[in-house]
Amino acid sequence: MFQSVRTRKAEIETAEAVNRDRTLFEQAWIQFKYNRRAMLGLAIIVVLLLIVAGTILTDLVTHEEVYNNYVVKQNLYMKLKGPSLEHPLGCDEFGRDMLFRILWGTKYSLLLGFCAVTLALLIGGPLGMIAGFYGGKTDNVIMRIMDVFMACPFILLAMAIVAALGASTVNLLIALGVSGMASFSRVTRAAVMSVKDKEFVESARAVGANDFVILIKYILPNSMAPILVQLTLRIGSSILHVAGLSYIGLGVQPPIPEWGAILTAAKVYMRDAWHISVFPGLFLVITVVAFNLFGDGLRDALDPKLKR
Amino acid sequence: MLRYILKRFLFVIPVLLGATLLVFTIMEFTPGDPAKIILGNEATEADIANLREEMGLDDPFVVRYVRFVGNMLRGDLGISYRNNLDVSDQIIQRLKNTMILAGAAVFIAVLIGIPVGIISAIKQYTIFDNVVMMVTLFLAASPVFWLGLMLVIIFALKLGIFPAAGMKPGFPDMFICLVLPAFTLSSNTMATIARTTRASMLEVVRQDYIDTARAKGLKESTITVRHMLKNALIPIVTMIGLSFGGLLGGSVVTESIFAWPGVGRFVVESINFKDTPSVLASVVMLSIFSTFVNLFVDLLYAFVDPRIKSQYQTKRR
Repeated sequence: MFQSVRTRKAEIETAEAVNRDRTLFEQAWIQFKYNRRAMLGLAIIVVLLLIVAGTILTDLVTHEEVYNNYVVKQNLYMKLKGPSLEHPLGCDEFGRDMLFRILWGTKYSLLLGFCAVTLALLIGGPLGMIAGFYGGKTDNVIMRIMDVFMACPFILLAMAIVAALGASTVNLLIALGVSGMASFSRVTRAAVMSVKDKEFVESARAVGANDFVILIKYILPNSMAPILVQLTLRIGSSILHVAGLSYIGLGVQPPIPEWGAILTAAKVYMRDAWHISVFPGLFLVITVVAFNLFGDGLRDALDPKLKR
Repeated sequence: MLRYILKRFLFVIPVLLGATLLVFTIMEFTPGDPAKIILGNEATEADIANLREEMGLDDPFVVRYVRFVGNMLRGDLGISYRNNLDVSDQIIQRLKNTMILAGAAVFIAVLIGIPVGIISAIKQYTIFDNVVMMVTLFLAASPVFWLGLMLVIIFALKLGIFPAAGMKPGFPDMFICLVLPAFTLSSNTMATIARTTRASMLEVVRQDYIDTARAKGLKESTITVRHMLKNALIPIVTMIGLSFGGLLGGSVVTESIFAWPGVGRFVVESINFKDTPSVLASVVMLSIFSTFVNLFVDLLYAFVDPRIKSQYQTKRR
C-alpha cells in the first residue's frame, strides 16, 4: 500500500541505480531504501537486535545477576499477578516478571530461528549446488531424495527427529535444519542452473579452474541473490517453528524464557491470567511480521535484476 | 488424461517408500530397548532376549524395514508400547478426525480467502484492500498455537459461545466443537490464499483481453469470474496445495490446544510416552495423506489449466 506513494527523488535515484556502474547489492539497497514497508521491517529488526545485544551485555556486566534475580528467580507471592505499574506485563505462574522474561527471551527466539534456517541452508545448499552443477544422474539422485523429505510434512518430520534424539535446544536445531534442507536445495539448484552456462563460467574453465573453484568462486557469488531472499523470507516461519515445537514441549526446555516455551504455561493458566498468553504472542507476531516485510522488500529489490 | 493420472500415481510409490524409509530410519535412533520398555524393569535378561527374538528386533535393519512395509500394506501398524493396543485401530479413527479438521480448515480458508483476495485486487489501494493486506500480514505471521489461545480466551472463556476444547459426536455438536479449531488452523492458509489471490488477480486485471471482454459488453461479474479468476487460478491452486503440508503440521498444535482427538495430538502424546510404533505409524500415515493431497492438486492443475493437459497429450504421440 505504500509503494504507490513514491517521491520524485526516489524515482530518479532508482532509475539511476540501474544505469550506473553499481554492484547488485548497491542497486538493491537503493531500491530497498525507498520501500517503506521493508524499511519498517528493518527498523523493527534493528530494535530487536538492540534488545538482544542489550540483554547479552547486561548479563556480561552484571555476571548474570539480572538474569538470575529477575528472569528465572521464582517469587510465588507475585504468582499470576496482572499488569501493574511495577510489572507492566504482569507476572507468570512462578511470579517472574513477564517483561523481563520476554526481553531475555528475544535472543533465544531470534537466534534459534536464524540458526535453524542457516543450518537448513548449510545442509541443503551444497546438495543443491552439486545437483544443479553436475546435472544428470547426480541431480536425479539428490533431488529424488529431497522429494522424499518434501513428502513428509515439515513439522512432523522435525517432531520425529526430536522424538528420536530427545528434546533439547541442539536437537531442535538439528531437526529443523534437516527438515528444512529440501526447500533450500531446490532454490540453490535452480539458482546454480541459471548461472552455470554463462560465459564467465566457460572462461574460468578455459583458464583451467577445477569444479570446486568454479562452484565457490564463480557460481556461488552470482547465485547468491535468490538464496539470500529465500533465507530472509524463511526466518519468520523458522521463528514460529522454534516457538511451536517449544510450545508442545519438544524444543527449548524451561526455565529458558523462549517465547514459545513461555506460552506452554499460558495454556494452563489462561482462565486466570490472560496476560501470560497475550504478550509473548504479540512479540512473536511483530517479530515475524518484521522479518516477512524485510524479506519481501529484499525480494522486490533483488528480483527484477535477476530477470534482467 | 487417464494415462496422465496413472503416471502420476506410479510416481507417488517411490516417494512414499522413501518417506517410510526416512521415518523408519529416524525412529531407529530412538534410545531404549523396545523389549525392555514393554516388559518393564523387573524383566530378566532371558525374558528380554526372548521377546526381542519374538519381535524380530535382532534382524538386520533391511529385513525389519521390509517387514514393516509388508505389515503396513496389510493394515498392521504394530502394537503400541503404551497400552499394548493395535496401533492401526487407534489411528484410523484419529486420522478421520484429523481429516475433518483439516478439511474444514481448507474449506474456510478457500471460502473466505479467495473472495477477499478478489475484492482486494479489484478495489486495489482502497480502504478495504489496505485493511485486508494488514490483517492478512498479521494472520500469516501469527503462530497457530497463540491464535488458538486467543480465540479460546475470547470466544470460549469470555463470551462463552463455543466450547474451549474437546469433540462431541453427532451433527450439531460436532459442528460447534469444530468452529474454533478449524478457524485457528485455517488462519495462516486463509491469509496466504487471500494474498496469493490478490497478487495473481492483479497480474490479470490489466490484460488486454479483459478490456476486450468489457468492450463486448459482458457483465462485470462474468468478467471477474470467467475471465479473470479462471486465469488467475493456477498460483492459487498451487498455494492451496503447498499449504496443506503446513496445515497438517499446524493440526498437531491445534489438536493439542483444543484436545481434538486427531493424529496430531496422538503423535505428541506418543512422543512423550516414547511409544515408537505409534509415532512411526502416525508420521507415516500423515505423510501418505499429504502426498496424496499433493497428487490430487497436481491432477487438479490439468483441469484448471488446459495447457498442462495438452502438453501431456502432445508428448504421448
